[in-house]
Amino acid sequence: MTLTAEKPVALAGRPGRVRTFLGRFWFVYAMVLPVVVVLGVLVVFPLLQGLYFSFTDINDNNIANPVLDRPARYEITGLENYFHVLSGDPSYGAFWATLARTLIWTFACVFLHYTIGLALAVLLNRPMRFRTLYRVLLILPWAVPVFISAFAWKYLFNSEYGLVNWALEAVGLPGQVWLGQSDLALVSVVVVNVWLGVPFMMVALLGGLQAIPADLYEAAEMDGATPWQRFVHVTLPGLRTVSSSVVLLGVIWTFNMFPVIYLMTGNNPHTRILVTYAFERFFSGATRDFAIASTYGVLILSVLLVFATVYRRAMRGQGEVL
Amino acid sequence: MSIDAASLRAAAPVADRRSHRTRRSALSSVALHSALVFASLVAVFPVFWVLVVSFKPNAKAIESTPTLFNESSLDNYADVLSGSKGAFLSWFGNSVLIAALTTVLGVLMAATTAYAASRFRFPGRHWLLLSFLVVQMFPFAVLIVPLYNILLHLGLQGSVLGLVLVYCSTAIPFATFMLKGYFDSIPTDIDEAGRVDGLSPFGVFWRLVLPLARPGLAVTAFYSFIVAWGEVAFASALLSADDRSKTLAVGLQVFVQQNRTEWGHLAAASVLVAVPAVLVFYLVQRFLVSGLSAGSVKG
Repeated sequence: MTLTAEKPVALAGRPGRVRTFLGRFWFVYAMVLPVVVVLGVLVVFPLLQGLYFSFTDINDNNIANPVLDRPARYEITGLENYFHVLSGDPSYGAFWATLARTLIWTFACVFLHYTIGLALAVLLNRPMRFRTLYRVLLILPWAVPVFISAFAWKYLFNSEYGLVNWALEAVGLPGQVWLGQSDLALVSVVVVNVWLGVPFMMVALLGGLQAIPADLYEAAEMDGATPWQRFVHVTLPGLRTVSSSVVLLGVIWTFNMFPVIYLMTGNNPHTRILVTYAFERFFSGATRDFAIASTYGVLILSVLLVFATVYRRAMRGQGEVL
Repeated sequence: MSIDAASLRAAAPVADRRSHRTRRSALSSVALHSALVFASLVAVFPVFWVLVVSFKPNAKAIESTPTLFNESSLDNYADVLSGSKGAFLSWFGNSVLIAALTTVLGVLMAATTAYAASRFRFPGRHWLLLSFLVVQMFPFAVLIVPLYNILLHLGLQGSVLGLVLVYCSTAIPFATFMLKGYFDSIPTDIDEAGRVDGLSPFGVFWRLVLPLARPGLAVTAFYSFIVAWGEVAFASALLSADDRSKTLAVGLQVFVQQNRTEWGHLAAASVLVAVPAVLVFYLVQRFLVSGLSAGSVKG
């Protein structure tokens, strides 16, 4: 993602220049306009409004409702929501514990996505029999809609009749309550999310591998490099651009991953991450606490922005431009 | 610590070039294939098992010793399709409509924007691209309340169009990045030749560049489709509570609710949902590697 700063064309005061400028660029702006409008209305404006809501006490009882012809009655409460959330109060989602769990979840998932995806991509990136077949089969988890996969795994993990426990007991190990009120539930959702996310990493890294010139490998081999040395000194540097992009995307997507956890374990506090808690506040309960949901949203966005900034700087330090 | 390609090439003895690929030993070949077979089994098994369960009656789906067949029949499919278990056909219709509209709108808008960003250095381009990157980061949690509010005001709350627009805002930024990368890989000579022959900028885009970018478009369309087809949170929150207006992702949850799960019916419905997605995927998959690597990755 080369975001090189383009020098804007200088706009001098004379109308001739403006006309030249418009003559050159009007169709460009015409092409860009729809997206700018959609993103403006559906992303930028809601974002600002969400920020504003996080300073109010808005909920389902005081939001403006055109259907009921009811005006908005929520009030500004200042930083109160942030105090409630950042104090780590369990009745406001135990923010710090939830953040820690979100980080564990994100790190575990992305690490396993990347390492397994890379291993499979390396295996697939060589001529052999059944290569296309393997690729199609390995991509399959990506093709199946997420909610279906979540149901399938929920079934496999069932403590009474699930195949996972059946297989464990068949080899003499005790069965577990996988999706119950324990940290095993977190392990289970990580397993599912890894299963879901590996295909994307694999395909992206496979694309990256195919872009590495074959001469490099031949040359390294001539120099007597072992397969491991070829991997470390040719493959990994060749993949650096691809890797840095997919890892950044992977972190953002996993941090915000909602359906897997919501569908597998519902409101289980042992698998609660920041977004699922925000949704809990938004959606469930009699009053539907929009203010706290917005506050969580703003905090999630802040964490991700800080991460992305630090990450991009670190990558740029290594000579990568993202 | 990358290896300098040129110096290595100079050092390599030209005469002794043999391809190591043909010399793979039997042992490493076995290891390679068994690793891939194992991974493929892990990838396929959960899906395969849903297929198995979909033929079993609900009572047999929860037997303690799983078997491949036990009173298997097509009853679950009949129940689901006839509407005696959930309004499956309505959900399916809603999902198809929403996903198709999102795909068409999303790809068209992403394509024009990506083309403009790929070919022209216009003022504001930098900010536009940067904003797409940042939009990727927005958790729906921060947007869901205001979007609910906005759709409520526009009268679109609970409507298909509202949800489509919301999905477009999710799909467009990533789609634009992918397509921009793809357009970058198409030589600009083609545009210039088209202009010389008297085509307008739109004409060049529509008649020359879009046809050449078909693999990229296929991947983008697929991505947009998947975003809309499998989304749960917005669909739960923004569609009306009426059973017939739900999408599949929301509707199928009725089989899981209450105390007992109707696994047989759920599995049958799942198969009916997954089959079209897998078919589309199969058609697109050969473009995925080239489309993704040209787009999101190198973009």
